[in-house]
Amino acid sequence: MTTNEYTIALAGNPNTGKSTLFNLLTGLRQHTGNWPGKTVVHAEGFFTYKDKQYKIIDLPGTYSLYSNSADEEVARDFIIFEKPDVTIVVLDATALERNLNLALQVLEMTNRVIVCVNLMDEAKKKGIRIDIAKLAKKLGVPVVPISARNEEGIDELLDTIDLMIRGAIQTKPIVIPYSRSIEEKIAKLLPLVKEIVGDKYPARWIALRLLDGDTSLLDALKQENHHSFKEVARYASNRSAKSV
Amino acid sequence: MRVTVPPNPFDHLMKYAQTLSNGDTREQIVSAIFRTSQEICNETVTYTKPSKQYETERLDRIVTSKLWGFPIMLAMLAVVIYLTIAGANIPSSMLANFFGWIEGYLTFAFEKLHAPDWLYGILVLGLYRGTAWVVSVMLPPMAIFFPIFALLENYGYLPRVAFNMDRLFKKSGAHGKQSLTMAMGFGCNAAAIMSTRIIESPRERMLAILTNNFVPCNGRWPTLILLASLFMAAGYTGGWKTFVTAGVVVAMVLFGIVVTLTVSWVLSKTALRGVPTHYTLELPPYRRPKIWDTIVRATLDKSVYVLKRAVAVAAPAGVLTWILANIHIGNTTVLAYIAHSLDPFAHQLGLDGYILMAFILGLPANEIVLPILLMGYLSTGALTEVDSLHDLKQIFLDHGWTWLTALNMMLFSLLHYPCGTTLINIYKETKSKKWTFIAFALPTGIAIAVTFLTTHIIQWLGLI
Repeated sequence: MTTNEYTIALAGNPNTGKSTLFNLLTGLRQHTGNWPGKTVVHAEGFFTYKDKQYKIIDLPGTYSLYSNSADEEVARDFIIFEKPDVTIVVLDATALERNLNLALQVLEMTNRVIVCVNLMDEAKKKGIRIDIAKLAKKLGVPVVPISARNEEGIDELLDTIDLMIRGAIQTKPIVIPYSRSIEEKIAKLLPLVKEIVGDKYPARWIALRLLDGDTSLLDALKQENHHSFKEVARYASNRSAKSV
Repeated sequence: MRVTVPPNPFDHLMKYAQTLSNGDTREQIVSAIFRTSQEICNETVTYTKPSKQYETERLDRIVTSKLWGFPIMLAMLAVVIYLTIAGANIPSSMLANFFGWIEGYLTFAFEKLHAPDWLYGILVLGLYRGTAWVVSVMLPPMAIFFPIFALLENYGYLPRVAFNMDRLFKKSGAHGKQSLTMAMGFGCNAAAIMSTRIIESPRERMLAILTNNFVPCNGRWPTLILLASLFMAAGYTGGWKTFVTAGVVVAMVLFGIVVTLTVSWVLSKTALRGVPTHYTLELPPYRRPKIWDTIVRATLDKSVYVLKRAVAVAAPAGVLTWILANIHIGNTTVLAYIAHSLDPFAHQLGLDGYILMAFILGLPANEIVLPILLMGYLSTGALTEVDSLHDLKQIFLDHGWTWLTALNMMLFSLLHYPCGTTLINIYKETKSKKWTFIAFALPTGIAIAVTFLTTHIIQWLGLI
């Protein structure tokens, strides 16, 4: 058994069965309910699979990660700053389109993502068919169909996690095409962002947040980087000042 | 533009980004994401039973309609409480009988062993009898109420409640999502305080925090249900009695909601002034809960949890109250002394010193208020064996209770300060001693004012 412990984050809209999956994986009994906003602070649990230790974090269920509220910030900060080894985005199969919005946002932030389509049993009953293989191809990350409350598809999910941890899965997350004016602005910002954050954070995503005027992210970044960026600060800021 | 000592590279980047950005950047970003989601779904999802897609919508049109929304909500609440009261009576009596039967053997054993009187007093009359009462009056209603409530929650009805209430909250100047946090308060106020994080604006969040405890939580449902069933339908028999009792509890809940809205309204016009922000409330699809799972889990987790807290405190409290009741200062016992010193104030509120003492000592958790009260009463010489619920009422009657006392205790329980855990959470969430104190003082003030007025108006009208 290795002493390494891997971190997994569970993200998803409210009410997609994230907590049910969390309980299933960890054997814990966090309260679950058909109830938006139930998990507001993240819950932590542990499990072992194939001799690997995992710490799993159930993030608050949110519709977006644009720091509209405290719970969205909690989820966003965790993915950006804690850098989980794998982020599982749980989607509701019966409302895939609405749920995908969050998945796309996560895919902009990290490429270590597994998309988990939950409530497959419910979808089947409602006559909803999802082409999982095609969805995986479109998104550029593994997609696993499950039914958490019937405990279906969990083995495949665990195997996929294991493969991703071992580096056996190459992902190529979809790049969301924005309008031409936005893309032009991104192109202008991108080199400057890369200069400051390097590979530490997803540059395109940060550029988008800057354009969006997300000051809360900015504050979080500043705190995070207070030490590591002191040296480059002067140079970089002169650069950006010049280009203004 | 030149800055000599830059504080942080990000600030400049942000400024630069702002010059690039125009007003509708967010909209453009969001619509690009929506479009992408839509495109992906068009290629990957097919619908074979189109009519099934709209089941939730059809049901919602009824349960959230302007005409039927509220009547259905009230009927649901009434049915749940009716079932609880009607169903809890018999198991409660059976438990009480069972504990009484055991007590006989315990007494016999203590006599056989020639145990000293004080030991018998502490262990049997204090610890055992108090705990037995708590278990028999609190366990059955909880074992019925919590599972039904959990079924409704898992089915997805609670967000509909929130949806119906939403308009009222907006009118009172609060955030519509407060209806969600309020609904959560019916389970546990401490958890509901955490759930106010879903409200974005600090002003509206504070409103939700300050008014959350006006709806009864797990710890207070048993008190309300028990007192209502003992005192509020005295003139009725059989099915009507249960019906009236349920009506009284429903009225209590409604009153709590009215207070929530009124306090929100007043605060949003004074200390927390502002306009409610716009938002959309998402209604999750209805889902058939796993029925047995839900029932078993609700019973085991919630009922046992609440009972454990009650017993954990009731047991030592039983010993402590017994000791206090048996240490004399002059002619009177310490317990009686404390209770009597609270009496004058308590009487103004239509309560007595023991009730007030129970509320004060019950600050850590609402579950233990009733146990402490019973311990206090049992220790004053009115030594009733645990036999039947009729005896329980006799304990209260022996201490001068009327229906007005019961009503006031219910009102005080509904309105008074949040429990210790909730206060700690309020402090953690607001990080402000001032607001935590207000969250304590405001409900307490309202509880005192309401019970004071109720008592004096009813006495003045000569209704008692």
